[in-house]
Amino acid sequence: MRALLAVCLAMLGLWAVAPALAQEEQSTAPYAYRQLDDPAKEQKAEALMETLRCLQCQGQSIADSDAPIAGSMRSLVRERIAAGDDPEAIRAWLVERYGDYVSYAPRVTALTWPLFAVPLALLALAALLLRGRFRRGGQA
Amino acid sequence: MSTDSTPEPMRKAPRWAIWLPLALFFAFVVLVSVQLRNPADTNVASTLIGKPMPAFDLPPALPGRPGLSSAAITDGKPHLVNIFASWCVPCGVEAPQLAALARSGVPIEGISVRDRTEDLQVFLKTNGDPYQSIGADDDGKVQLALGSSGVPETYVIDGKGVIRYQHIGEIREDQVPMILGKLQEAAQ
Repeated sequence: MRALLAVCLAMLGLWAVAPALAQEEQSTAPYAYRQLDDPAKEQKAEALMETLRCLQCQGQSIADSDAPIAGSMRSLVRERIAAGDDPEAIRAWLVERYGDYVSYAPRVTALTWPLFAVPLALLALAALLLRGRFRRGGQA
Repeated sequence: MSTDSTPEPMRKAPRWAIWLPLALFFAFVVLVSVQLRNPADTNVASTLIGKPMPAFDLPPALPGRPGLSSAAITDGKPHLVNIFASWCVPCGVEAPQLAALARSGVPIEGISVRDRTEDLQVFLKTNGDPYQSIGADDDGKVQLALGSSGVPETYVIDGKGVIRYQHIGEIREDQVPMILGKLQEAAQ
């Protein structure tokens, strides 16, 4: 119990100290805080940025995050979109380096297919059970 | 106990079933406390291990010193590539370990991320300078290309330019032999 309390306190402490340590330069990447001039391209970039995870503040998308590395990632996305790259190609480039974790858009893989299959299986099971119920109800 | 007196519409649950919610609750408490004691590793590791290092060519971070390109370190010998910054506190913590590695003949190249020349000069004056070359990654592009998610991180690159190992966080004193081991593996 005491250890648990210590862990909680330590986490609180870290949380309090973290902003003080973050004396990091803001990203000097050109498009970290600048939108693309072409609104259509900016919209495309925005849509992609909202589905990419900030690597430092991992609960946020790079569109929401003020972490310098998120600024670098935004600039990367905008520069590549401006150069005519496909958003999914940019996502793939990042996934190649950081794994699926960097993307908020779930993919069907050998590991994740049950997430997609189980709800369908449950629905099918429910339909089957309900059919049984209704049949019996009709007979009675 | 009225068991067979009246025909009940629903089958009765077995007696132990009353403990089920409590058991589930305790299972949940155990799960939470175990996870609290061993917090998950939240570092995002590069998935480029075992793959060739992406090509890059960084300008020098300091005047009069060489910058860093991927071609320059693909010279048949393993190198350490240390991603660091003057604003990064743990980078100062690992400085003595990097110095020790440099003393034992390991070529260490630096990539300084989102930094300023003046700050970098002060940092190297205070903490020592183990680097053969330092490339300035001002916009963080090369950091992203390498799959690095923070500073400090240290990559072991073999002589063919393949990433063999990524060390996330500062190199601590007791980890120096492990790093030397990884370099030796990369040399084979």
